[in-house]
Amino acid sequence: MIDILNIVVFSLVGLGLFFAVIRLIIGPTVADRAVSLDTFNVIVIGTIALLSHLYQNSLYLDIAIVYAILAFLETIVFARYLEGRHGDC
Amino acid sequence: MEIVSYVFMIIGGFFYLLGGLGVLRMPDVFDRIQAGTKATTLGAFSVLLGIGILNPEWLFKALLIIIFIALSNPIGSSVLAKAAYKSSAKPNNLVQDDLKDSLGGEDNVN
Amino acid sequence: MKYVATFLVLFGVYVLLAGIVVQELILGAVISLALTFIIAKYVNYEIDNKLPYRILVFVFLYLPVFLWQLVLANFSVARRVLSIKIPLNPGIVKIETDLEGDFGKLLLANSITLTPGTLSIDIDGKNLYVHTIDVKGKTPEENKEDISGLFERLIGVIFK
Repeated sequence: MIDILNIVVFSLVGLGLFFAVIRLIIGPTVADRAVSLDTFNVIVIGTIALLSHLYQNSLYLDIAIVYAILAFLETIVFARYLEGRHGDC
Repeated sequence: MEIVSYVFMIIGGFFYLLGGLGVLRMPDVFDRIQAGTKATTLGAFSVLLGIGILNPEWLFKALLIIIFIALSNPIGSSVLAKAAYKSSAKPNNLVQDDLKDSLGGEDNVN
Repeated sequence: MKYVATFLVLFGVYVLLAGIVVQELILGAVISLALTFIIAKYVNYEIDNKLPYRILVFVFLYLPVFLWQLVLANFSVARRVLSIKIPLNPGIVKIETDLEGDFGKLLLANSITLTPGTLSIDIDGKNLYVHTIDVKGKTPEENKEDISGLFERLIGVIFK
């Protein structure tokens, strides 16, 4: 029973990742790709947390925290890049 | 307890799926940002809460990630929306655009 | 006072991450103390004796409304995404906010982003630029009441 529920949860998350990746590939502009990368990152955080439950190892949650911080920085850097040389950073 | 936490996880997975689908299906950049941000924020809350309920010793760590996502995800999407607007990727189906005047003035000053 | 608050926040985060072990507590206290002196000059919030009242309002009034609005927002996203032809009437509207202080504005912008159909894009001074999927009001006042009225009142209780 638990196995089936795990499979259901992971396939839902995996489909979400799949759709985000399709948008990442076909996105007509750079902004679309940055948006889909942002979505992708938040879904990956949840996936890492689910892995920590699957393997019963709390180390994965630490990885999820670090990944969340890096994903936020990555979004900001992409946004700065998109803005061109307007910003002061 | 297990049932509750799996219900949370499945709801979270469903909203993650909706987030991905929204990013794929919405017709322009801002709608994609909206769908992606909202759906994935609630999805992350729900998945992490489910994991925290199932393993009570991890609950505080999961809450920390939830707080961080609640703060960082909307900020990231706002910054991204502004960048998308400035990079002239803006759609032309807007019925009203109050931001144009403001940013136009800023450009002239610079 | 500022130093004490910064130290408590840093130490709390450290304990949440590391768990309650004696060695970790000592190391966390030392690291938090060192970090406090480095970052305290960038911290500019004020603490007065109404803080417990504000925290109570935040937890018992703001958070339930916020979570309920987040759930509503997700159902509206779900309805839009799963319908065959996506109903749209998008626009960027300007909203004036009466809130003072950076943290109140940040909270307002985040709340607007996570409520149904709206996304805050930019802020300058008192004006907040919001992208909405469905422009309802005709005048700025109607738009303001529609988009941010509820949260503006709630956050006004906390940061006024």
